Amino acid sequence: MKPFAYHQPDRIPDAAKLLTSIEDSKLLAGGMTLIPTLKQRLASPPALVDLSRLGHLKGITDDGATITIGAMTPHAVVAASKLVKAKIPGLAALASMIGDPAVRIRGTIGGSVANNDPAADYPAGVLGLGATVVTSTREIAADGFFRGLFETALEPGEIITALRFPMPLKAGYAKFKAPASRYALVGVFVAKFADGVRVAVTGAGSGVFRVPPMEEALSRSFDPSAIAAIRIDTDGLTSDIHAEADYRAHLVTVMAKRAVDAAVS
Amino acid sequence: MGNVIGIGASPKRKEDQRFLTGRGNYVSDIKRPGMTAGVFVRSPHGHAILRSIDKSAALASPGVIAVLTGEDAAADKLGSLPCGWGITDAKGVPMKEPPFPMLAQGKVRFVGDMVAFVVAETPAQASAAAELLTVDYEVLPSVVGVLEAVRPGAPQLFDDVPNNICCDWELGDKAAVETAFRKAAHVAKLSLVNNRLIGNPMEPRAAIAEYEPGTDRFTLWTTSQFPHVVRFLMGALVLNIPQHKLRVVAPDVGGGFGVKQFHYGEEAVITWAAKRVMRPIKWVASRSEGYVSDRHGRDHVTEAELALDETGKFLAFRVNTLANMGGYLSTFGPNIPTNLYGPLLGGVYTTPAIYCNVKVVFTNTVPVDAYRGAGRPEATFVLERIVDVAASEMGIDRVEIRRRNMIPKEAYPYQTPVLVQYDSGDPMGCLDGALVAADVKNFGIRKAESARRGKFRGLGYSTYVEACGLAPSRFAGRLGARGGLYESATVRVHPTGQVTVMIGTHNHGQGHETTFAQIVSEKLGVAFDNVDIVFGDTDRVQFGMGTYGSRSLVVGGAALSKATDKVVAKGKKIAAHLLEAAEVDIQFEAGKFSVAGTDRMKTFEEIAGAAYVPHDYPLEVLEPGLEEQAYYDPVNFTYPGGCHIAEVEIDPETGTVTLVNYTAVDDVGTVINPMIVEGQLHGGIVQGVGQALYENAVYDEGSGQLLSGSLMDYCMPRADHMPMMKIATHSTLCTHTPMGVKGCGEVGTIGSPAAVINAVVDALSHLGVTHVDMPATPNRIWRLLQNASLPVAAE
Ligand SMILES: Cc1cc2nc3c(=O)[nH]c(=O)nc-3n(C[C@H](O)[C@H](O)[C@H](O)COP(=O)(O)OP(=O)(O)OC[C@H]3O[C@@H](n4cnc5c(N)ncnc54)[C@H](O)[C@@H]3O)c2cc1C
Repeated sequence: MKPFAYHQPDRIPDAAKLLTSIEDSKLLAGGMTLIPTLKQRLASPPALVDLSRLGHLKGITDDGATITIGAMTPHAVVAASKLVKAKIPGLAALASMIGDPAVRIRGTIGGSVANNDPAADYPAGVLGLGATVVTSTREIAADGFFRGLFETALEPGEIITALRFPMPLKAGYAKFKAPASRYALVGVFVAKFADGVRVAVTGAGSGVFRVPPMEEALSRSFDPSAIAAIRIDTDGLTSDIHAEADYRAHLVTVMAKRAVDAAVS
Repeated sequence: MGNVIGIGASPKRKEDQRFLTGRGNYVSDIKRPGMTAGVFVRSPHGHAILRSIDKSAALASPGVIAVLTGEDAAADKLGSLPCGWGITDAKGVPMKEPPFPMLAQGKVRFVGDMVAFVVAETPAQASAAAELLTVDYEVLPSVVGVLEAVRPGAPQLFDDVPNNICCDWELGDKAAVETAFRKAAHVAKLSLVNNRLIGNPMEPRAAIAEYEPGTDRFTLWTTSQFPHVVRFLMGALVLNIPQHKLRVVAPDVGGGFGVKQFHYGEEAVITWAAKRVMRPIKWVASRSEGYVSDRHGRDHVTEAELALDETGKFLAFRVNTLANMGGYLSTFGPNIPTNLYGPLLGGVYTTPAIYCNVKVVFTNTVPVDAYRGAGRPEATFVLERIVDVAASEMGIDRVEIRRRNMIPKEAYPYQTPVLVQYDSGDPMGCLDGALVAADVKNFGIRKAESARRGKFRGLGYSTYVEACGLAPSRFAGRLGARGGLYESATVRVHPTGQVTVMIGTHNHGQGHETTFAQIVSEKLGVAFDNVDIVFGDTDRVQFGMGTYGSRSLVVGGAALSKATDKVVAKGKKIAAHLLEAAEVDIQFEAGKFSVAGTDRMKTFEEIAGAAYVPHDYPLEVLEPGLEEQAYYDPVNFTYPGGCHIAEVEIDPETGTVTLVNYTAVDDVGTVINPMIVEGQLHGGIVQGVGQALYENAVYDEGSGQLLSGSLMDYCMPRADHMPMMKIATHSTLCTHTPMGVKGCGEVGTIGSPAAVINAVVDALSHLGVTHVDMPATPNRIWRLLQNASLPVAAE
């Protein structure tokens, strides 16, 4: 790890100001992704701006129509939240499948969404539920937020403050864990709303994506059999030492069926 | 204080007091006054010419004390890292043995090859300076696979090693095998890969070196399984430090599995550098650094053929293997795929003719050497797989074909056609025990139940034997060993009767401090708590070959047993004098020396006291003091073995294999501590399951990059991969070790991969699947199902 300055602002505007005024500085949330890259000397920001003092970024609220999760809310809190379990059990289940207990206690939803790891779980939940990413300056719809491999719509200095989730009629997540890392080799989030179904896939490609043919089929019949024959194209899917592209494509169908199963059970 | 706790008891482990309370003392816990930090600069290329190194920016970096390269080592006339074994080919031509410089000279041959050593005031300063070192490489194409490496036109690692072949080794009677194949009713064939593994001990390697100018002595603290061997190899052969001027300490070590039983270049570099900078230096590897520098294991490509008569009797076995050595010869490197492989191909069967050819091949990968089991898991895997293939091709039940070929209990000692002679064993007894313990009888019910859930269930057997207790020195010498393989122990009885044992083996997780104390407690009748075991310090322990090859109890325990016998013999002399009786009339039992047929006796403590306060003592004929030493050189290997039965369930939708039951019934000879034996079996089996289902070191052909270079990409077995295991022993006694022990450190790793893969193949056999390479990953299983002739559906 190389030396860096450490800031712990109390207010969002102060954090944003530090971030824009110190070139290459980075926000620090749970540190589960950022700290290892510093330790491996893969990144060496001159300053870290720690969000941990911004208490109001932590916590989960319900306004009847949506559930809002503060960016600094750890995965373990979402997994255990009575509110989330009651209203969007698939999202609580997703949070409970991330990493190991230590990672779930430190890692945050904001950090995960901002990082947009192609194998991370939350992006599937956020896109699958059509959530809104609330930032220090604006609100961004999930469909416009994720831009492929570690890329998002966030501008320099922009801070995620919360994720706002609409409440689905039903939702489920199924994850095929990568054997070594236990990130998603393929993870599929399925959500049924009054006006249709959304299907979001993580792990399979360079970033989270939706599967319109499955969405149409499930909108007609919200049953695993409706998508059993739908095979997604291997174009753009990842092939690596853990899984070849056609196997990932196959798993998308299997996991999508299991996600529907989880949603209805 | 305390009681005698002897052979057969399972006291809690003595060493766990300090480990579980965070009071262990590992190399990286040690701080020396004025200590500096060292960092190695390693090659990022698999194969490259080292054109030049510009040190200037690194040297100018804050806190930097020294930057050392291969040129500096050459200027100081330091030796090459030695190989402990010199094997020969069929014509008696010695293996090719190119130099292994501790810091690369002229060329780098694998990603991780050491190029320079940077010493600075702090680790951060050393790392920062290391990044400033400018190394000019001329990158060459790499070759990482053995098949590719021996092809014409392949990149050549060394100018004088044509086709990258280090040695074309063979064993057995080729002509007899050919004759038998001509007469065979059936020939089973199998091509397989034994996947490359990375040991991953929990504690990464580390070292501290210090030079004392006042005494001209060096001390090296290192994460080693054999400090005396490091002192010899490094002192005598690399750095030219006289043995009495070099102390090597291996304190608490957090797991080895073979990874720490080699003399590494890092040890030599840091010791040499400590004198150059006149300050102690510490180096601690990161996990990522371990991946590209800890010696790897396995990595074979094999073609095997088994000839059988019409009744399924094995007539002959022929094995051709290409074994990966990596970029250089490591300490035991060429011995593993040859001497520890070929002689095991007889297994527990009466196969009369066996021939084995192994081409030992250099590639642009980390040097390959011993990893738990070392050669024997590879042999067991080939044999136990092809037995299943033959059974299925001939329509003979897999258990039945094993029975037809097994060496009966009465046939021991049994001479195999491949050098080794098994002294004792009862493979049939282990098999029978395992069949019951695994409830094989009701497997059909369980398989049907799985099928109802759409899953495929399979059962796999491995009836195996291994050779451990390394090793009879004379025999090993004939095979190419350049050192002895005995062990030594000193039993020091203190004036108050407590005992300190100095032993040459090294405890890094095996529980020696407990097991060895039980032996002393039993044999001398002293309390278990009154015995301490000292190891891992060349200044405290007389000598030793260390811990590997399941040798510590077998060879070290034997030395200890002999030394305690000497203590008792001397005690009898003292007692005879004190009790005014003839020495032959003195009996020793349960800590008391008594005159046979009388109630006159002296306790062990009284005898110890008399030995150190020799007022009434036969000084004319006996020296005072009570301390005895023994060296023990085994007369044969020991041959533990047994039967492992794995039961798996496969999800055909995803290809995931789940191990649902595991049973092992092993013959490990006398069991000193059943709890520790069970623990060794558990750990060993998990490592074997890791090889079968999860672990795979993958290199990129061409660039030589290690693609599975971290725990994110290299899958270690985890607790939730394992069912509760059923472990039992069915022991016959070793006929040539003092206590009848056979060793248990590696059996789990040796027996299990074949059992698991045989179970996987069994689960898929209705689809025409005949073989699955390790690791049987979900992707691999799914691919097999895609290619299978029948539709994917539970039967
Ligand atoms: C062993 C291990 C296993 C894991 N397994 C999984 C897994 O199975 N599934 C999974 O999805 N993830 C997994 N993770 C990742 C984990 O979920 C991380 O917590 C997450 O990716 C990042 O969250 P964080 O709070 O730790 O962010 P940090 O590491 O602190 O930050 C990550 C990045 O996001 C930026 N950032 C953080 N917060 C914000 C914000 N509010 N606004 C804008 N930018 C921000 C940071 O500047 C940084 O660039 C694992 C991690 C580890 C170490």
